[in-house]
Amino acid sequence: MMNLSDFKDHFEQLQTENPESPIAQIRLEGFHAFDKAGLPTKRNEEWKYTDIGKLFNNEYRFVADISDSSLTSTDVDAIRLPGHLEANEIVFVNGRFMPVLSKFRSPQGQLTVLPLEDAARGIYKEMVREHLGCSSAYIKDGIHALNTSFINGGVFIYIPKEQELNHPLYIYHISDARQYNILSQPRSLIYIERNTKVQLVETFSTIGTSECFTNQVMEVVVHNNAVVEYYKIQNETANASQVSTTHIRQTGRSYVHAVTVTLNGGMIRNNMNVVMEAAGNEAHLFGLYILNGHTHLDNHTLVDNVKPNCFSNELYKGILDNETIGVFNGKIMVRPDAQKTNAYQTNKNILLSDDATINTKPQLEIFADDVKCSHGCTVGQLDENALFYLRARGIPKSDAQELLLKAFALDILDQIKPELLRGYIEQLITERLSVNKK
Amino acid sequence: MLSITNIHASIEGKQILNGINLSIQAGEIHAIMGPNGSGKSTLAAVLAGREQYEVTEGAVTFLQKDLLEMSPEDRAREGVFLAFQYPVEIPGVSTTNFIKAAVNEKRKYRGEEPLDAVSFMKLMKEKMAMLRIDQSLLSRSINEGFSGGEKKRNEIFQMAMLEPKLMILDEMDSGLDIDALRIVANGINKLRNENNAILIITHYQRLLDYLQPDFVHVLYNGRIVRSGTKELAMELEENGYDFIKEEANLITAE
Repeated sequence: MMNLSDFKDHFEQLQTENPESPIAQIRLEGFHAFDKAGLPTKRNEEWKYTDIGKLFNNEYRFVADISDSSLTSTDVDAIRLPGHLEANEIVFVNGRFMPVLSKFRSPQGQLTVLPLEDAARGIYKEMVREHLGCSSAYIKDGIHALNTSFINGGVFIYIPKEQELNHPLYIYHISDARQYNILSQPRSLIYIERNTKVQLVETFSTIGTSECFTNQVMEVVVHNNAVVEYYKIQNETANASQVSTTHIRQTGRSYVHAVTVTLNGGMIRNNMNVVMEAAGNEAHLFGLYILNGHTHLDNHTLVDNVKPNCFSNELYKGILDNETIGVFNGKIMVRPDAQKTNAYQTNKNILLSDDATINTKPQLEIFADDVKCSHGCTVGQLDENALFYLRARGIPKSDAQELLLKAFALDILDQIKPELLRGYIEQLITERLSVNKK
Repeated sequence: MLSITNIHASIEGKQILNGINLSIQAGEIHAIMGPNGSGKSTLAAVLAGREQYEVTEGAVTFLQKDLLEMSPEDRAREGVFLAFQYPVEIPGVSTTNFIKAAVNEKRKYRGEEPLDAVSFMKLMKEKMAMLRIDQSLLSRSINEGFSGGEKKRNEIFQMAMLEPKLMILDEMDSGLDIDALRIVANGINKLRNENNAILIITHYQRLLDYLQPDFVHVLYNGRIVRSGTKELAMELEENGYDFIKEEANLITAE
């Protein structure tokens, strides 16, 4: 069981060790916020269906307590994603950016990757100062503040203007849980300048069987005329839980396309935020979750329309089996200035088991009068008519179920644009759905 | 080929079929007519193996086998084909892949090798030409966004590909205009031969003008109340079902 004084001790240790750190002040603010908010409970509306506190019944090692992980590049090989030979690979181990395990294939001048602390000191310090922690204005719970309190070993990624990145950015969050229960708190800030094109792929892996909790925050700043694709792949083991926050600020008129795929894990909470800070922004958010066992997945999304003429479309689809629990909370904010907003949202679910649960909630807060917003959600079982139609042509029931479920997932799968990645996810889905056969 | 003996069936506790007897030989076309709610589509669903319907009494043998013991997929592989009144739209499943899977399931059941891609395409092309089906229809998801006529033609196309022994056509004419009806009926006529049989379920005479049934049966309140030749269908077309209902109600009253 971890309590507040454990966190306080560790926090003070971190601050004392690095009194000159340019991050010290933001950590301090983070800790004050954490101290005030505490860990969220189910009484907190934003955490109503996800009892994240119970994860802290485990005793975790703080990264500072253990010597650096002995993971080698060969260990990482086992978890690399398809397409990695063409990718810039950024590796975090136990929440810390590991330059020696990372690989950069884009030429200098197209991409800069620095330890966050270094960036906060050098020529990028204004960017860090302005944007690091901007998500705290949106997520005020203790979990988020906990990450900010312990920013240490984070990464800063910079894409200069007029660059079309030929090599995607793969970000691996690896927890080395071979010896201890691990609490990892990776932090990253990605700054994307104007007239750029970037593919980001983020994934999580745990090596070892001890309990592991990853509390990760990524903040992304997107400038004018940038096209950003973002893929989050979650295919962990049951001993791995996580809170994964992606906070995207579209500060210039830009295009964001994000897909979150969740197939496995313990308790998972995703915060996917897009803040439309410039007129004419466009964002497409997709989610696909296919869960079995006891996985608990909570997808919180937020599209905040600050400026006029923005377009957002959101489609999350899920298949839940066994005793899985799903949560979808989709919030759309339309601020008074954000006239002519177009914002759409859909969540569709298929429950394969009587013991599976889905809690789905759209949340629209509209303060402008000339907007088009819609939301819808469905919860159902496999379509009996379709199933019978296929069987009546000689297709076995189990194959028919698999076909229908795969077809259900297809429109999200099709949103994964890198071919190798799409093929990989499709294969994982096919394997999963053939396991789901009854 | 098919022998239905005293079939009783219900759905959610509601009795729909009340003792149907019907025997169909190879090479024959039978038509079942009757007013709405008489049990026509229930009979089709029971024969195809729809699980919501519970057969409470009676037997069905198909080619000397107990049909009711079989799963829907096995019935299809044995050669029963139900052309749906409302073909289901299945987004995300390609029509071609679906038909290929169906054809190969049937071959597997018979102990035959699956068709390779080339032979399958050849077979498809042949049947497409025969039924004048457009390639673009088959590259789409199953029935997705198809018009009523396209859906029915797709049913007939699947039928042509699977070469069933017993073709059950459930309200094949519903939702079709006169041109589409002619095309669909011509397609069906091309598929019939002395080794297969057709059971047509319909409200109206018009499909029967094209298909020329050997026998016409009138279903009312879950029973066949009258059987005859195609002249019976014309009589119904002229007089409606009222005289049948009156007759049947009189018998029940007695």
